[in-house]
Amino acid sequence: MPAVLEIEGLRKTYTSRRRGTRNALDGFDMRVDAGQVHGFLGPNGSGKTTTLRTLLGLIRPDGGRMALLGHDVPGALPSVAGQVGAIVESPQFFPHFSARDTLSLLAGAGEVPATRVDEVLELVGLRDRAGERVKTYSLGMKQRLAVASALLKNPKLLILDEPANGLDPGGIREMRTLMRTLAESGMTVVLSSHILGEIQLICDSVTIISLGRRVAFGPVDEVLAQHSSGAVRVRLEAVSDLPVATDALTRAGIRVTGHPDHLMLAGVDKPATVTRLLAENNLYVSELAPVAVDLESVFLELTATAPVPGQHRQVDESMKVGGTGQPGATGGGWGA
Amino acid sequence: MSLYRTELRRLAKRRFTRYMSLLGLLVLAAVVVGVFFTNQKIDAGQLARAERQADQQYQEQVRWSEQERAACEQAKAAGTSSDGRYPDDCSLITAPARDQIQAEWFLPSTFNFRQTFDETLIPFAAILALVGFVVGASFIGAEWSTGGMMNLLLWRPKRLTVLLTKLAALLTGILAVTLPAAVLWFAGFWAVAAFRGSTEKMTSGAWQSFALTGLRGVVLVLVVTTIGFALASLGRHTAMALGGVVALMVVGQFGLGILLSMASARFTEAWLLPTYVAAWMQKKITLQDWNSCNATYYGECKPDTLDITWQQSSVLLSVGLVVILGAALWAMRRRDIS
Repeated sequence: MPAVLEIEGLRKTYTSRRRGTRNALDGFDMRVDAGQVHGFLGPNGSGKTTTLRTLLGLIRPDGGRMALLGHDVPGALPSVAGQVGAIVESPQFFPHFSARDTLSLLAGAGEVPATRVDEVLELVGLRDRAGERVKTYSLGMKQRLAVASALLKNPKLLILDEPANGLDPGGIREMRTLMRTLAESGMTVVLSSHILGEIQLICDSVTIISLGRRVAFGPVDEVLAQHSSGAVRVRLEAVSDLPVATDALTRAGIRVTGHPDHLMLAGVDKPATVTRLLAENNLYVSELAPVAVDLESVFLELTATAPVPGQHRQVDESMKVGGTGQPGATGGGWGA
Repeated sequence: MSLYRTELRRLAKRRFTRYMSLLGLLVLAAVVVGVFFTNQKIDAGQLARAERQADQQYQEQVRWSEQERAACEQAKAAGTSSDGRYPDDCSLITAPARDQIQAEWFLPSTFNFRQTFDETLIPFAAILALVGFVVGASFIGAEWSTGGMMNLLLWRPKRLTVLLTKLAALLTGILAVTLPAAVLWFAGFWAVAAFRGSTEKMTSGAWQSFALTGLRGVVLVLVVTTIGFALASLGRHTAMALGGVVALMVVGQFGLGILLSMASARFTEAWLLPTYVAAWMQKKITLQDWNSCNATYYGECKPDTLDITWQQSSVLLSVGLVVILGAALWAMRRRDIS
């Protein structure tokens, strides 16, 4: 499948006389194949928006290579911009124009037929409110307008930064359906979001970024499988047998975490070995359930951003590829 | 071309553009109406009455000087003339010549097109330049501060093309207001002169001179509009342009003027921008240094003078325009957009 978006070794450094140097992007790589819905994930300040802005020519990179629809950018951006629809960060529009005026002006600037304006207004559910000024819109309505502006060109590649931000539950579901419909029609969608449940539901593949570097990528199933810990939950007929079972399993090299009424096992390749081992010790299992890993836990593990009781994690405190993996251990903020 | 047309549409759709243009035109209309009602057409009866009043004034002056001369001689005879009230030679107290008291002084104000229209082009250009400045600054400043510019650049990633197209649309819009306004200004004052003054002695040379002054006024409006646009683009906010101008006028002009006066510098007005704007419109301004004295054959004391010409002003305006617009273009090309 051809790549519609390729990034190799992208670097962006911000230098401040007062605060020193910060590597917003530190050799970042990314690839999105045609026709996919691709999730682009990362904690706050990890470089997601910087990547998208750089890709779209708003920020000048300090190194690396980028290509959109097979053309190197930013050099070829003027020729491919008509095929790339994007919203970057929060939706921003001139507040005194109506949604219809806003889209009409964008359509005029991009030489898009005026009829397309009504089509996208219908698509995002703003048809009946299109004549009202944008300043009267809620965040969710502005978000819909932003998506409409990105869809106006009928692009081959749609880049949406936090499109579900501010949407009501119905709106989130509509957005999910829209993304799938667009992908089925052949459009490639890159979706940056912190609603990981949504990403897991609608994305074919993901890239996870932390501190300006890619920490995971590939089809969602593969990423989940790669980071599955082989966790298994075990309950026994008698709760009093749990300590004996813990001993037996630990001796067999399985990592065991005890709980009042069950055990959590880690590093189990085949759950059948657990039943056999326990049966050999006359311990009988009442429940043996592999614990499925979800994208959120993989994300928190990879970016080392899981909340720790009693600690207040700061922005930029997350995992560095090849580093210690401890929150705060690598800094990464100004002056890092 | 589509971008240019779109930007023209955007400019026309903005309420600020509409309101400011309307306000500027209303002020111009108020000036014309004000001049109309404060002037009168002079007829022969009024002229004769003014002549009589001038005669009357002359007679009063003659009577008063004779009384004063008599009082002077009396004081001299009484030996009380040393208090400085009267000159040593009482014959020096004389009435002014008749022709020094002009009948015009006793006429109501009248609008002479040939003599006065030139002066009206200065407020015309100043008001429209002010409108152009704030509309230009707001046109680009609001785009930057509301994120509209970023949206546009996602559609048209050629930054300089976008900025220059916006500027072209802005100048077209300002010109579309200025040129008809100029025609109406000429027509309005012609009507004022016709009904409340005089349109006599209008030669082709006089028309040509007015047309050239009007042209310089239009150029001034366009230059000031461009500077407002460029300053707001440089600071990415309308307030940058407005704040910059306030800072320039308060610190750079009033402050500099006070400092130069305290230092007793010569021709302090030569350091002030309004002097060059006035010179641009009037073709030449002659500054005088009243601290100097050049004696003439007749014993008069003439001050030193310094001429500021419209050519010198054009150099200053051009350099200012190139530097500020150049900086805005450079910043547009080089700076990250976030």
